[in-house]
Amino acid sequence: MTYLPYAVAAWLFAVGLYGVVTSRNMLHQIISLSVAQASTYVLLLSVGFRTHATAPVFGDVPPTRTAVDPVVQALSLTDVVVGATVTALLLAIAVQVHKRTGSLDPEGPAT
Amino acid sequence: MTLRTRRAVFLLAAAVFTGLLLWGFGGLPHFGTFQGAYGVILDHGAVPERHITDVVTAVNFDYRGFDTLGEEFIFFAAVVGVTCILRAQPDEASGHIADYAFGRAVPPTSDAVRVLGLGLTPPTVLFGLYVIAHGHLTPGGGFQGGVILATGVLLIYLAGELDDLHGLYTVPALERAEALGAAAYIAIGLAGLLAGSAFLQNVWPLGRVGHLLSAGTVAPIDLAVGLEIGAGLVLLLVTFLHQTIVLRRTR
Repeated sequence: MTYLPYAVAAWLFAVGLYGVVTSRNMLHQIISLSVAQASTYVLLLSVGFRTHATAPVFGDVPPTRTAVDPVVQALSLTDVVVGATVTALLLAIAVQVHKRTGSLDPEGPAT
Repeated sequence: MTLRTRRAVFLLAAAVFTGLLLWGFGGLPHFGTFQGAYGVILDHGAVPERHITDVVTAVNFDYRGFDTLGEEFIFFAAVVGVTCILRAQPDEASGHIADYAFGRAVPPTSDAVRVLGLGLTPPTVLFGLYVIAHGHLTPGGGFQGGVILATGVLLIYLAGELDDLHGLYTVPALERAEALGAAAYIAIGLAGLLAGSAFLQNVWPLGRVGHLLSAGTVAPIDLAVGLEIGAGLVLLLVTFLHQTIVLRRTR
């Protein structure tokens, strides 16, 4: 019994959020948000994990073999897609902000 | 708000959140022992029931196909959003197509990078198509394969063939391909209704387990999603590149 994967997920979320809060550069903020979001992948996959189980792909192994939970893996796929779209939209907004203000500082251009 | 206040507020909130998180983790199953009822049913039932060997794809494009339709349209809406946000502004005009850097000259692409980039493009595209086509047999599917397809186009940019990419952008074929992929998903879903069953019900012939033509509607949905994701990501890519290598401020 181990709590390490859950601890990794919590840590990823915390450092990501810390980056978003303290960052002085929007690109860094967006990547920090991606890091925080990566914690959900770790959490989902570790919740569905079963010891001594195979991947839920039965091309070579019989379907009677114990496999990890495919539902949370499918959810992680959704998660990845949503994360990618959020990153793309935020980056597009950051490009326009930089064009308008000449700065990527979330507190506005230096006066 | 100064950086110091922000950090103080964050640490206070993080302390409360950590307490809640530890409380929540206490209710999680011990690592490696989870036995969700749905997972077990799908692991043992999907192969005989749907003749599909990748159960994750079975969940995404069959049992949970309606949710994935929504997911696909999240992506569709995001691509539309990015192209709208990054459209040419009134004070911008298309300039000479070139890489641009502030305060320094951009070195030309070296021959080695050019050869490697262009040489890797066909295998990458082929691999993307393979991953899309075998989504119901092995790990992969429309989303994963679509991303690999778009990587092939990114390699063309890395190889320094900017003019070719710009040609891609001016042709609205990408937008049509993306819309076609999204529409094909719905059309496959409607096939279920026409067959007198439910929307997105897997009504097509299931074929033999492990064959390329098996698993009913899952393989065509994989193709539709692969087309949409591939075209959408290339559209995102050329939209961002258009910003940096084509658009110039005029005043």
